[in-house]
Amino acid sequence: MPAISTKGESAQHPSGDARFELIDKVLKRVRYRGDALIEVLHSAQDIFGFLSKDVLVYVARQLKLPLSRVYGVASFYHLFSFEPLGEHSCTICMGTACYVKGAPDIVKILEDEYDIEMGETTADKQFSLGSARCLGSCGMAPVVVIDGDVVGRETPAATLERIRKVLAAEKE
Amino acid sequence: MPRQVDLNEMATKEQQLQSSHRCRVLCCSSTACLSSGSGAMRQTFEEGITAMGLEEQIQVVPTGCMGLCSQGPVVKVHPKGEEEIIYHDVNPEIAKSIVKQHLVKGEVDVPHMLSADIPFFTRQTKIVLANAGEINPERIEEYIARGGYQALRKALSEMTPESICQEILDSGLRGRGGAGYPSGLKWNLLREAKSERKYLIANGDEGDPGAYMDRTIMEADPHRVIEGMVIAGFAVGAEHGYLYVRAEYPLAIQRLEQAIRSAKRNNLLGKNILGSNFSFNLEVRIGAGAFVCGEETALMASIEGRRGQPVLRPPYPTKRGLWGAPTMINNVETLANVAPIIERGAAWFASIGTASSKGTKVFALTGKLKNTGLIEVPMGITLHEIVYDIGGGIPGGRSFKAAQTGGPSGGCIPAEHLDTPVDYESLRALNSIMGSGGLVIMDDQDSMPEVAKFFMEFCMDESCGKCVPCRTGTVQMYQLLDKITQGRASAADLALLEELCDLVKNTSLCGLGQTAPNPVLSTLQYFRHEYLNLLKEGVVNHA
Amino acid sequence: MLTVTINEQELRVNEDATVLEVARDSGIDIPTMCFLEGISAFGACRLCMVEVAGTSKLLPACATKVAEGMEIHTDTERLRSYRRMILELLFAEGNHVCAVCVTNGACELQDMAIDAGMDHVRYNYQYPERGVDLSHDLLGIDHNRCILCVRCVRTCDELEGAHVWDVAGRGKDSRVILGMDEAWGSVETCTSCQKCAYACPTGAIFFKGSSVSEMQHDPAKIRFLANARQNKEWLR
Repeated sequence: MPAISTKGESAQHPSGDARFELIDKVLKRVRYRGDALIEVLHSAQDIFGFLSKDVLVYVARQLKLPLSRVYGVASFYHLFSFEPLGEHSCTICMGTACYVKGAPDIVKILEDEYDIEMGETTADKQFSLGSARCLGSCGMAPVVVIDGDVVGRETPAATLERIRKVLAAEKE
Repeated sequence: MPRQVDLNEMATKEQQLQSSHRCRVLCCSSTACLSSGSGAMRQTFEEGITAMGLEEQIQVVPTGCMGLCSQGPVVKVHPKGEEEIIYHDVNPEIAKSIVKQHLVKGEVDVPHMLSADIPFFTRQTKIVLANAGEINPERIEEYIARGGYQALRKALSEMTPESICQEILDSGLRGRGGAGYPSGLKWNLLREAKSERKYLIANGDEGDPGAYMDRTIMEADPHRVIEGMVIAGFAVGAEHGYLYVRAEYPLAIQRLEQAIRSAKRNNLLGKNILGSNFSFNLEVRIGAGAFVCGEETALMASIEGRRGQPVLRPPYPTKRGLWGAPTMINNVETLANVAPIIERGAAWFASIGTASSKGTKVFALTGKLKNTGLIEVPMGITLHEIVYDIGGGIPGGRSFKAAQTGGPSGGCIPAEHLDTPVDYESLRALNSIMGSGGLVIMDDQDSMPEVAKFFMEFCMDESCGKCVPCRTGTVQMYQLLDKITQGRASAADLALLEELCDLVKNTSLCGLGQTAPNPVLSTLQYFRHEYLNLLKEGVVNHA
Repeated sequence: MLTVTINEQELRVNEDATVLEVARDSGIDIPTMCFLEGISAFGACRLCMVEVAGTSKLLPACATKVAEGMEIHTDTERLRSYRRMILELLFAEGNHVCAVCVTNGACELQDMAIDAGMDHVRYNYQYPERGVDLSHDLLGIDHNRCILCVRCVRTCDELEGAHVWDVAGRGKDSRVILGMDEAWGSVETCTSCQKCAYACPTGAIFFKGSSVSEMQHDPAKIRFLANARQNKEWLR
């Protein structure tokens, strides 16, 4: 095991992956406090796209937390993902307002079209379908988020059309 | 060292800047309006105004939510000394024509105009949302120009912690997160707690589906929340505060962080605030997608970087909270009421509302209504007024069936109780709750067992898994509801469901589990026939 | 000293005692599952709920301190019915097949079901797909029999100080994990002290090689160890 500074000054990751240096910056900012675990996991997910065991072990070591505790926390919160997401994503709001205004129909048409279920990614890693527990844009219900852009007052056909366009643009 | 600021001087300077323009164009830049294109709309206004060489005369201001989210993007044109004109559904084309007609020629662009005297606006009373849609939330100067931080100045220079707590108690303010505990009592509990370290937490983990009051407040007027927190910190003797916000609210987080920075720069946060002996630090903590973290003990676990699982109370947080120190947790909307109460007095606040419920309540009005959006109404207004006057009634020739309040912890109120005044006790008497302010309207096409199933699925997914009744009971209740809605259930299944509701309600560890059966119980109370029809015939008989 | 009544019986009790402690000291049994003497109270199984006069809320005996004049009832029809339902829910949640279980005949869950008169389960069996980990030299865990009382998690953290165990996931998908959700045999922090196996109330954690009905847990050993450390009483 390569030596890792316990003071966290220059914690070079054995893989040489430079992204760990970005995590080091976050760790330094939170002064290696264990209570900042959730904040560090947010940053790690932003940096790597998902939380691999390698990353979690690194975070546990730097924050001086038991491994099982780090995994336990990361798996408790829904926004953390242990698997890479697809190139493109669509999140459908399933809050009450969106639900009564037809969000389940949007889910159904996408699940049928791409043969995946909510929370899954297509086999070609191009498209992930997710749900959110109310995005707070209820006045615009039903709401979907496509690659980070919030779109309101959607219909199943309109959402499908948008996603087809996004995926087609990728192929060009 | 932060500079010493003179609030009055800052206010005057900003007022002069604003009145040097002949007109302000207020562009709603809330999450909802941004999602319907208000970013492009604002750009069109800015470009159009620059092209006409009017940028010295007309100020374009990005603001927080104006309320009428279903007709966004919304823009308000406010010529100096004149009535403001509101335009709805403003796309870049309409924006161009407003520039040409209204801003250049001074002629109101009638087709897209929304009268300001419609009941949606006139029936509201704005305390918490007084600045929403009126100021740029990213400029502290605009908040100060409208009297911001004067309550803090008054609290620090003219009042004592005791007198502030007394003022809050006298005002009758109650927790806006749902339970309605008198805020003044809570404040006194923490003030009287003996400890070197005390913490204050603003609960912005607004998780009820269909509710976005707190998000709007944080996005539209972040300094109001900060000012309320600093006053609360001074009153209870806490020098460190956390704002816990769900990660699903990136814009609110960004604006709060920006507001904290500018409050610090202006000596309104940090050491020796406004030259007093009081110091207060504030940090934003971000959730990670767990509804249960709205529960006080789970929220604190999350701030400490642990799994958001509730722990047994007592000891209550005011005795043993964050890192073992006495801690007070207030809802964002509760804290947003603090500055107005301190500034205008308890008697003024207590004059609004009903005997037991004072002030106003912000509701997110959604579902089957003509006007949906965010409203602030005096306590005691009837549901009928909210639905038919403010909400404009049910669209598409359908009829009202039920109003759902309190989200997954609340209940459904049927048409025969529409004249009920909205206050904590009246709603509880109907087996619903005030909740945090989600108000979802259902029409005659909505199936109530389906609604109950929707909320039970939510509770099942959001159960933390610690206590047995909630972890396993919500699964069984969900499966029974699923069976019922599919028309496969027997009367014995319904009896089993009711028995489980009783168990989970009475034996669960925290509020999530204890209230999870409420949507089932209240729909059974008022719409039992819908369940029975499903048992016998296998189809919902709406007649 | 305080005076309380439990099931109409008047008792003089210590001030900082819990309802459970005073009840058990007086020979009144209150069923518990997640509670284990020697480690911290957790309050999650809800089997020890009792009725206290003056409050409509039921209170967990394991974590409720006595107060002067408290009138407690531990064995009403309502409480018995709730306990039976909670046990039914536990049986429906996992895969509990007593006839083939290593701890058949010495299982706390089984004993409690018998005491409560729970002779059948009315709820939907979930038949979850859960695994068995036999990678450790001496110990094994069958997740099918785990009821998430987390005695193992607390014992390992509080008594052994290794924090090998924790809980992952949430709600119905919660499960106990070892290390970074690893195979037990590869977890470096595990000292093979076996305290988790002593603490486990069901057949979930067992000594390898145990056959049906052969596994004997020893939860009293946890209490003994904790007491030995705290009060320097090194003989059992």
